[in-house]
Amino acid sequence: MSVNTTTAEEVRPPSPPGPIRWLKKNLFSNWYNSLLTVISGVIVFFALKAVILWVFFEANWDPVTHSLKLFAVGQYPPDQLWRVGTIVCMVSFLFGVSWKVWGGTVRTFALAIALVLGVAGLLPVSMGLGLRLWFLSNPLLTAIGYQVGRTPVGKSKWVALGWVVSFFLTIILLTGIEGLPWLPPVKSGLWGGLLLTFLLAMVGIAASFPIGVALALGRQSSLPVVKAFCVLFIELVRGVPLVTVLFMASIILPLFLPEDVRIDRVLRAMMGMTLFAAAYMAENVRGGLQAIPKGQVEAAKAVGLNGFQTMALIVLPQALRLVIPAIVGQFIALFMDTTLAVIVGLMELLAVGRAVLESNVEWKLLNMEVYIFIAAIFWIFNYSMSYASRRLEAALGVGKR
Amino acid sequence: MSENTGNQPSQEDIIICRDVHKWYDDFHVLKGVSLTVKRQEVVVICGPSGSGKSTFIRTINRLEEHQRGQIIVDGIELSHDIRNIEAIRSEVGMVFQQFNLFPHLTVLQNITLAPIWVRKWPKDKAEEVAMQLLERVGIPEQAHKYPGQLSGGQQQRVAIARALAMQPKIMLFDEPTSALDPEMIKEVLDVMRELAQSGMTMIVVTHEMGFAREVANRIVFFDAGNIVEQNTPEEFFAHPKEERTRLFLSQILAH
Ligand SMILES: Nc1ncnc2c1ncn2[C@@H]1O[C@H](COP(=O)(O)OP(=O)(O)OP(=O)(O)O)[C@@H](O)[C@H]1O
Ligand SMILES: [Mg+2]
Repeated sequence: MSVNTTTAEEVRPPSPPGPIRWLKKNLFSNWYNSLLTVISGVIVFFALKAVILWVFFEANWDPVTHSLKLFAVGQYPPDQLWRVGTIVCMVSFLFGVSWKVWGGTVRTFALAIALVLGVAGLLPVSMGLGLRLWFLSNPLLTAIGYQVGRTPVGKSKWVALGWVVSFFLTIILLTGIEGLPWLPPVKSGLWGGLLLTFLLAMVGIAASFPIGVALALGRQSSLPVVKAFCVLFIELVRGVPLVTVLFMASIILPLFLPEDVRIDRVLRAMMGMTLFAAAYMAENVRGGLQAIPKGQVEAAKAVGLNGFQTMALIVLPQALRLVIPAIVGQFIALFMDTTLAVIVGLMELLAVGRAVLESNVEWKLLNMEVYIFIAAIFWIFNYSMSYASRRLEAALGVGKR
Repeated sequence: MSENTGNQPSQEDIIICRDVHKWYDDFHVLKGVSLTVKRQEVVVICGPSGSGKSTFIRTINRLEEHQRGQIIVDGIELSHDIRNIEAIRSEVGMVFQQFNLFPHLTVLQNITLAPIWVRKWPKDKAEEVAMQLLERVGIPEQAHKYPGQLSGGQQQRVAIARALAMQPKIMLFDEPTSALDPEMIKEVLDVMRELAQSGMTMIVVTHEMGFAREVANRIVFFDAGNIVEQNTPEEFFAHPKEERTRLFLSQILAH
């Protein structure tokens, strides 16, 4: 509308320099830069060559390829695997809807997941027809989801609700329901591999976030009892290693509970990890809360908002934006900390790796392959999280008010 | 300077402060301030830095708590009763030196927030009123921008619109132009002048003596936590009674 925009379009910024100029400016600007460029180029070349040779010709991937099911779901009963499959399909579908409704980074993830599963379904290796069809159904479901996103259902709030519902459906599907013949209970001791790692991380992340925010707010409370409890909890938990918390949750907690109250082992680990993460989350959020200028609260009160509205509409949204990087960093740490669940006897990804190595004498010396495979899986998920966080920051305009 | 163009105040008192005291720990900031403001009156408060002007007008919507004395706003006495405080805050608009807009909300959302959440207006109605107000302060085309994308003068006009959206009976201004570049001061003062002419009850802390002379019904001079003297603009500038007032005026009118 305004006059400014038309002039701004006429005067364009200078176009970026061509590739030769870029090389010259960034890599060969003077003799020692050129020397450094050449030396690092040589190092990178030999390192890459060695890695590629090893990965494609020297390494023996048998323990991995022969135990994919173990790595994926652990000992989950083979005749009940359709449940896990259904969950993945549900996620594919929701990603399709979210892609249409939210766009941006979600699109990247939706496409990546659809592509990986689609390609897996087309691989020229021996696999059952059912499995192949399942793989291929995922990209299809993403596409269907995208179409659903165009209908009136494609509203932000419905999609968010869909994700929340799917979270609880996942738990119900995995655990099963007593007395329902087609959905018999599956003991959590049989859960394992990536499935368990994922579950521990997801529950930890989903539960520690609200608890952490509540603790941070409680720590600033004017009610002395609430404040004391929050400070005590946060400082206590932050003062001990996660391993200790896990041990306490799995060994000491049952001692205090009555004989007939038995909390599931996986659930205990989840509780331990959640409380641990919540204490750190609280400190991150507190940092954000303290960074919000007093004037914001005063302005909110001056227009008549009450204390709760001021917190929920003005302070928290700004504070949480500020601490997105810290929070995502913590989610990543939590994801990797799931490996500590080995200690309380859970068969998560790392434990499966060890079990696979011990299951066959010929594989005894293939440590490298198995652990690199596991590391790669962790890297993919962690990198995805930090990528998403950077995009989220950019979209929310963190750092530039 | 032109004659006072504002509305004539009615006879009815809308703000009554009696012997208001406040301490910050041991520091006695307000030392028994008594001031009565009539409906539709425009009162300008001036005085040296640190004399307690901000603290005083912030006690009127209880951003600061007074510890002795009485403050009655539109018939409601300010006490610890949270319902009274919230009732008064929704009737008293405030504009701050640093604007204090909500940076994570658009201009339109800044203005509609309180009407929607406090007055429980439907969103359509709130937005309609907000657009009228943006029209009134002269920046309807900025409705969908974020505060960070506006100039200081535009931000302060949005802040005024945000306060007006609650349809307050009283507006408090705490040095609304002090953080602005000189060329933006006029656009904000113009909005305030129009507001005064429309009959709004206003208390304005400012050092803009031209504005005070033209718009105020009364000028109140603050020093060391109390009112030293108050008078009509004509008398205040022409015949200041107190030595401290004369000193202050000679300093502020020097530049
Ligand atoms: N939160 C606080 N704690 C302690 N002292 C304070 C606080 N706020 C203000 N003061 C002191 O109270 C006195 C009055 O402050 P106030 O901000 O009301 O002055 P002012 O007249 O508005 O000055 P200015 O023109 O600089 O804005 C000052 O001496 C200030 O240092
Ligand atoms: Mg002040």
